[in-house]
Amino acid sequence: MKPDAGRFKVDAARATLNATLRQNLNHTLGLIRARRDAAFEALTAPEELQEIGQAIKQESLARLPELLERLEDRLTARGIQVHWAETADEANAIVLEIARRRGVQLVVKGKTMVSEETELNRFLQRHGIEVLEADLGEYIVQLAQQPPSHIVAPAIHMNRREIADLFHEKLGEPYTVDIEAMTAMARRVLREKFKTAGMGVTGVNFAIAETGTLCLVENEGNGRMCTTAPPVHVAMMGLEKVVANLSDLPTLNRLLTRSATGQAISTYFNWISSPRRRGEKDGPEEVHVVILDNGRSSVYSDGELRDTLACLRCGACLNICPVYARIGGHAYRAVYMGPIGKILTPQLAGLETAGHLTGASTLCGACAEVCPVKIPIPDLLLRLRQEGSQPTAAGRALFGPGAGSQRKPAEAMLWKGWQVLHDRPAYYRAATALARAAAALLPRRAASLSPWGRRRELPVPARASLHALLRNRPGA
Amino acid sequence: MTSADPIRYPDKPETVYFFGTCLVDNFYAQAGLAAVELIEREGVRVIFPQGQTCCGQPPFNSGYRDEARRVARAQMALFPRPFPVVVPSGSCGAMFRVHYAELFGGPDTAVSEQAQAREFAARVFEWSEFMHHVLRVRWEDRGPPVRVSYHPSCHLQRELGVRRAPLALLEQLSGVTLCPVEDAEECCGFGGTFAVKQEPISAAMVDDKARKIVAGGAEVLVACDAGCLMNIGGALARQGPAPRVLPLAQFIKERVHEA
Repeated sequence: MKPDAGRFKVDAARATLNATLRQNLNHTLGLIRARRDAAFEALTAPEELQEIGQAIKQESLARLPELLERLEDRLTARGIQVHWAETADEANAIVLEIARRRGVQLVVKGKTMVSEETELNRFLQRHGIEVLEADLGEYIVQLAQQPPSHIVAPAIHMNRREIADLFHEKLGEPYTVDIEAMTAMARRVLREKFKTAGMGVTGVNFAIAETGTLCLVENEGNGRMCTTAPPVHVAMMGLEKVVANLSDLPTLNRLLTRSATGQAISTYFNWISSPRRRGEKDGPEEVHVVILDNGRSSVYSDGELRDTLACLRCGACLNICPVYARIGGHAYRAVYMGPIGKILTPQLAGLETAGHLTGASTLCGACAEVCPVKIPIPDLLLRLRQEGSQPTAAGRALFGPGAGSQRKPAEAMLWKGWQVLHDRPAYYRAATALARAAAALLPRRAASLSPWGRRRELPVPARASLHALLRNRPGA
Repeated sequence: MTSADPIRYPDKPETVYFFGTCLVDNFYAQAGLAAVELIEREGVRVIFPQGQTCCGQPPFNSGYRDEARRVARAQMALFPRPFPVVVPSGSCGAMFRVHYAELFGGPDTAVSEQAQAREFAARVFEWSEFMHHVLRVRWEDRGPPVRVSYHPSCHLQRELGVRRAPLALLEQLSGVTLCPVEDAEECCGFGGTFAVKQEPISAAMVDDKARKIVAGGAEVLVACDAGCLMNIGGALARQGPAPRVLPLAQFIKERVHEA
């Protein structure tokens, strides 16, 4: 799955016409938004909490190299094996190597967007290792052979009946739309697999440098199973997940759960601080953490774009985004979709591949307002639009991958022409007078052929411009 | 992206500049005139420099900052004296107040120009904000009873932080009953070139917006941004019997003028 400008247009347009999809999204997004808002309104000082969260993440990012070294030291001292992966391929190879050494045939996996980023499932399956998604939503999309359509609620695009059909067809269970019955079906399948899996793979929400602790936030207990039942646990994290101190955690977690699901705290909070110690009766024999770069250090090197890496992956920006609500997650053809995806994906995959996603925004700013760590998403979209459209031959320091790749000669000429008209008042007045006159002559039906007019009436031009109405005034 | 500091509003000035915006100039000129006359009604002189064109937001938002900067530079030069600059648009107002500092903040601009952009930005006010916070207008409603919905435009509420002022102005009008709209704060889908470049998504957004406005039961829809009104009004007109759509200043002018 790779972002593609042409396919985005088609897929997005198709999604807007898919009534079931729109209804499913409206329903669930509305519920999550209401819960998130209620959770924030219940706080004494929600904006101050966001500001503290922002400060913690910025501080962590400012000290990133040092914190990562400390994290490695502490984890290693606790018996957790640390692996560094520069690319997705390297990360996958590391996981495969561990699996082979341990003779793993079945992997249970959950709560990791990083493994989506590296396409770990497909890679392991190609090497003969079965992978089962243990998170209910991820399990559903896996059964449906689809990618997640949301970073927190992977099956948000489906409704209860669609899931019932899927379970009936793929699991051969009797048809039911009862949610508890369906959950029980999934549980029966998964429990069996937890008993036999040789490896559990999870993500990491926070990695604490001070103590060498990996934190995993979840609601279903599948994360707990993945991290404790199989003999080997592999945690995968982006290198930006490290925070300095244990005392940073309460603030970040309060923000994360409230922003993601409107919960004051999640049902499970997993602290992973070592493999099974001598004398302990349970826990994995080996714990590994794979720390992935995959383009993050290039994002990091730009002082402004670095803010992208503060993301907690709470999904609040998706839930409030008016564009996401109309097209769903699959149209983006990217692991990270919605507002955060529109800034992160082009930076990780390159502007030439995903630069078009930066255009799929009205810059309404709703995402920045709900972001728990105040990432200025619209500002970063503007920055990336500028990077994408700048002339490549301008001789200035270019932003990494794909700078200038979104520049179309016709559009560049249009803006140049626009500029010529608008920095010369006489040209502007003549041109706009002409355009207004032409528009007045245009048959209304012709207007409906333009992109604006397909589903909207064209605005009626003013008979006299404001310039004309105010011409004979003092100071004019 | 919101201006970090709380806005400090000046005392009532003797003179203001008016920046009409290109959309008001070409599509809502009467609303622009109404905005000017309502300022003058408070005893304030209004200067409208005829050289003005556009704030530069269209190319800026498309990533063409050099082109935007050229036009922005020409605009700033038209407002040299320390008078407030009143703008009948949250979006153009935000371009001036929030984004000029960025546009003139890079290595391509002289330090003196950066300072000029900041000085200019600090005296830009959106019209409803200026009427409410600076002129502190008091109006008497002379119109018949009417049901009104207000559309809070995105850049007005989120970039300029102006949420209260337009409603405070409407609440002064005794004949006006405000009709709430479901998901009122959600974007209408205009987004400048977005409306054309991403037409299917934009149309899906504005269709929803128009439906929710009709469901609210208002006879008139007002807003402080011409772009949103063109978009919402265009969709409402296609959907059938619809509320009248007009800029806030024009609506207020109609209600308060002496016949």
